Amino acid sequence: MTQYEAVIGIECHVELKTKSKMFCACPNRFGGEPNAHVCPVCLALPGALPVANEEAILQVIRAGLAFGAEIPAFSKFDRKNYFYPDMPKDYQISQYDMPLAQGGVVRYWLDDGTTKECRLTRIHLEEDTGKSTHAGSGDGRIAHSSYSLVDFNRAGVPLMECVSEPDIRSAEEAVGFLDALKRTFVQLGVSDVKMEEGSLRCDANVSIRPVGSKDLGTKAEIKNMNSFRSVSRAIESEIARQIAVVAAGGRVVQETRGWDELAGTTHSMRSKEEAHDYRYFPDPDLVPIEVDRTVVERLRSLMADLPIARFERYRGSYGLGVAQATQLVDTPQLAEYFDSCVGAGGGGQQAANFVLGDLSRLANETQTPVWESSVAPQDLAELIGLVQSKTINSKIAKDLLLRMWNGGGSPKALVEHEGLAQTSDPGSVERFVDEVLAAHPKVVADYKAGKTNVMGFLVGQVMKQSRGKANPALAGELLAQKLG
Amino acid sequence: MSSDNIDIRYVAKLARIELTDDEVERFGRQLGDLLEHVKTLHDLDTAAVPATAQVVESRNVARADAVGRCLEHETVMQMAPQRQGAFFRVPRIISEES
Repeated sequence: MTQYEAVIGIECHVELKTKSKMFCACPNRFGGEPNAHVCPVCLALPGALPVANEEAILQVIRAGLAFGAEIPAFSKFDRKNYFYPDMPKDYQISQYDMPLAQGGVVRYWLDDGTTKECRLTRIHLEEDTGKSTHAGSGDGRIAHSSYSLVDFNRAGVPLMECVSEPDIRSAEEAVGFLDALKRTFVQLGVSDVKMEEGSLRCDANVSIRPVGSKDLGTKAEIKNMNSFRSVSRAIESEIARQIAVVAAGGRVVQETRGWDELAGTTHSMRSKEEAHDYRYFPDPDLVPIEVDRTVVERLRSLMADLPIARFERYRGSYGLGVAQATQLVDTPQLAEYFDSCVGAGGGGQQAANFVLGDLSRLANETQTPVWESSVAPQDLAELIGLVQSKTINSKIAKDLLLRMWNGGGSPKALVEHEGLAQTSDPGSVERFVDEVLAAHPKVVADYKAGKTNVMGFLVGQVMKQSRGKANPALAGELLAQKLG
Repeated sequence: MSSDNIDIRYVAKLARIELTDDEVERFGRQLGDLLEHVKTLHDLDTAAVPATAQVVESRNVARADAVGRCLEHETVMQMAPQRQGAFFRVPRIISEES
């Protein structure tokens, strides 16, 4: 039987996080009363003229630079003409043949830690459309509605469209790719990238071909995916559908298919042939953009470590697991906190354990982010140093961390001030051992009768007696000597 | 260019204009004449003229990302041919979302 592989390309729309809209000064804000954030420009009242938002242009350039895209010296806006009531102008301002960013590569990772690459075709800047609600059908389906309600608050919000090359081979890779875009845009601060609020929307072009073939099969464009999970399910379902069509001797037809979350399948969306004749032309209301090379170089030099670079560093230099590395990378502030701690001498794995373990738990309990807590990363590094030098044991370290969280301060000072340093002096540990043995004659008898698993209890008692200060390894050795 | 090369019915459909057979014939002839006129540009030597996207020479006109005033909601809604609550109400849409 022929084996097939999937060939997938992703187009995704990302709402930029600017204060104002793309071509007018209305606020760029999610929600609110319908038709409250509108003005003559975004309502296309006669005579109103658009002026581009500089910040949005810079954000797209930064997004492009993050993926190593080329930033052409010349770019322009075009009109994409179509009749649809979600744009009062009857066209959308977009970019046709001269986008702000061209090419580039998105590097991403999968749950097993493997890293992959997907080339980008382009990133361009456009304006979002208004939001229409299809009403009067009873089932919310557009095809059955008798009229629509339109809210133009979203019309004119800056929208960045990223188009990938067909380098993706599975649903899992598609999600990995989207995760990488999301992390990168969050870190760049260019978008909130929330699929549930519509600030990230994506379509997938899916086709199949026999394994080993270099040709591209006929693709179907999948729409209406509202979460990363639905992207994954929709792509899997579509791959299975196409394989079944071909296996039954049929042919895949080029079409747009909508994902039905409840049915778990894609269905054909009737589309008129001329719907795609957008008759693009340069927008005469807007002047071209000449991108200053010094601006590009400045933005490039300000680019921080990207999520994938961080991920590889955490895995390679500190040996963190995929889950720990991902967790840190997913919260840039936490990753910066971790980096500062490691930079101050806190070993990688121990720092990750503290940051993602005790500190994250305290953060949850107190609703205070770790990076805003009174535990400075340098103090955490000092605490780790105290554990590594065996000055304190891990039990005391946990107690100290809680006190640092509540009051702050240097763990070294706390240890000195309160005499918490672990004692490895055989004389004083021996004194605690003797006391414990004298206090538990029955346990001692059990041990001598062969129940050696009581050793843990005895070490625990020595720790308790010493208020946590005895070196537990030394306590174990001394107990064994005396009982043996 | 003669009117035979222009698909008047297709152009009319894209523009959502309904044309009678007479109008298709008449507008076809008129558009053909227009294109014939513009065709004189083919006679010019444009080899040394760079391609352009704009006739004005200005570049990089942008505004700072600051919020200004919006229109009053009621002012906006008074312009609506049809409304329902705070929404514009529009006829049913047949083709899928772009």
